[in-house]
Amino acid sequence: MTVAALTRQDVIDFLYQEAKLLDEWKLKEWAALFTDEGTYKVPPIGEPDASPTESLFYVHDNRSRLQERAERLLKKEAHVEYPHSTTLRNYHNILVSGLESDVITVECNFTTHRTKREVLDTFVGKHTYEIVQQNGELAIKSKKVVLYLDSLRPHGKISLIL
Amino acid sequence: MEELIRDNREKNEFLVHRSVFTDKEMLARERAEIFNKCWLFIGHETEVPEKGDYKRKKVGGRNLLLVHSQDGEIRALYNTCPHRGALVARENEGNSRVFRCFYHAWSFKNDGQLNGMPGKDGFPDDFNCEGTKDMKAVNRLESYRGFMFVNFDDQAVSLEEYLADAKEYIDLAADQSEAGLEVLGGVQQYSVRANWKLLAENSVDLYHGMPTHKTYFDIKQAQDPDLKRVKLEGRGKDLGNGHAVMEYVAPWGRPVAQWTPIWSEDLKQDMEKMKEKLVERFGEERADRIANYNRNIIIFPNLVINDIMAITARTFYPSSPGYMEVSGYSLAPKGEDAEHRMARNNNFLEFLGPGGFATPDDNEALELCQEAYNNNQEVQWNDISKGMVRGEENAMATDELQMRSFWRQYKVRIEESMKKEVAQT
Repeated sequence: MTVAALTRQDVIDFLYQEAKLLDEWKLKEWAALFTDEGTYKVPPIGEPDASPTESLFYVHDNRSRLQERAERLLKKEAHVEYPHSTTLRNYHNILVSGLESDVITVECNFTTHRTKREVLDTFVGKHTYEIVQQNGELAIKSKKVVLYLDSLRPHGKISLIL
Repeated sequence: MEELIRDNREKNEFLVHRSVFTDKEMLARERAEIFNKCWLFIGHETEVPEKGDYKRKKVGGRNLLLVHSQDGEIRALYNTCPHRGALVARENEGNSRVFRCFYHAWSFKNDGQLNGMPGKDGFPDDFNCEGTKDMKAVNRLESYRGFMFVNFDDQAVSLEEYLADAKEYIDLAADQSEAGLEVLGGVQQYSVRANWKLLAENSVDLYHGMPTHKTYFDIKQAQDPDLKRVKLEGRGKDLGNGHAVMEYVAPWGRPVAQWTPIWSEDLKQDMEKMKEKLVERFGEERADRIANYNRNIIIFPNLVINDIMAITARTFYPSSPGYMEVSGYSLAPKGEDAEHRMARNNNFLEFLGPGGFATPDDNEALELCQEAYNNNQEVQWNDISKGMVRGEENAMATDELQMRSFWRQYKVRIEESMKKEVAQT
């Protein structure tokens, strides 16, 4: 049996699906996109290459913590996201590299809007993904979110998954 | 005079008038009587360790430049050109011997002294002989155990006198490391759409711990099957001058030095050694306090030092009654090894900060208070009475003595201002 070669469009569709799951609050399904060793990280603003021992990240999740994050946000007692905020994620300027290799790297710009109680906050920045194939499907090995903001003002928090 | 705080010890009732959270005139009075007169945290000395190191800081609404000058002294310069006022240092941090204002190219040594400007022949020979064209420094900058504070009131009491009994609790945090504490990179700059005093209250409020942070404690319970019941118990204490603390036990690990099952066995042995070392240095009782008890400290008016699952210092300032800017620092022992530091930082991020599992819920609670204060006309008072019935000397950590201590000081300072027509500096 011949396996069709993976195309750039396959990878982009996969990311659009990821964004859709998040926008629809299907957070357990989002977590399931990650490999068993998958990570989700948001380094400090202005320090995209910071070391996690020398600088404080906003988010530094290993696989179990990203699962806890997803499940927590679905609870009624995750007050900041209850009732759920309305979110809209856009991915742009998508660059896919290493399609032929074991680990595909994707860089894209993102705009994530969140509105709750008639206050709209917009997060902008750059996502970097490492994507692998497992059991014939794509999976996220790592997602790194670099915020292109001066500070978390007026957002005040990163309560949603970026 | 309108009464804003009712401290009724006979009835064991403590009330705060909600207008203090929404009224613009109150904010003007707070700026005049509190932020212009109290000691305000500017940063930690490890942020500018070398000569020439500088960092921009917003403190008490001012644009300051914390700089380690060439003469070895650390100064807080007003970051404004004495010529026409432009912001001089525009980068957030760096190292430089000289600061140069780009507008007319006046330049200053890193102690603020005017160094030169173009077109000197247009100025008299004795120009700046009185130093009035130097970058001005805040006259009062003092530090305690590495924590640096400024005061815009030249007549203020010394920092040590001001800190009163809070010094003991700063010591308990600082004593965790023989080498001293250092500030980590990535100071978290965020905001809350709520009045600044709500964060002062929230930071020393253990009563809200379980209801607001249930999801966090559920996670802790899942991580530690032996945890039968989440316990948050301890004492609340007034530390004088509006400062207060709650000291309590909690189900999370403490990097110095209370192990928790999500950490490795290696770390467990490490931490036992750490504890032994603390016993050697301070004796059994104080070592137990340092290692196994948590402390949330409010230093009036706007510094919180939480020595909990990690050490964080947070300071905040209102730009309007319904909006504050917050800076959150993480402090850790200098030279802490990588595994330990990683465990500490994960512990921090799990609960604290804008991406944590708890701080965003606090943020939400504060914003919901602020939003519902639009009912102030008809519903006027907050109740802060919990525990008064026990007597203030018997306060539990889950009581509200810590907040009452803050408000009693607030009352003293604001009542002074209420005698005046308008806020005056």
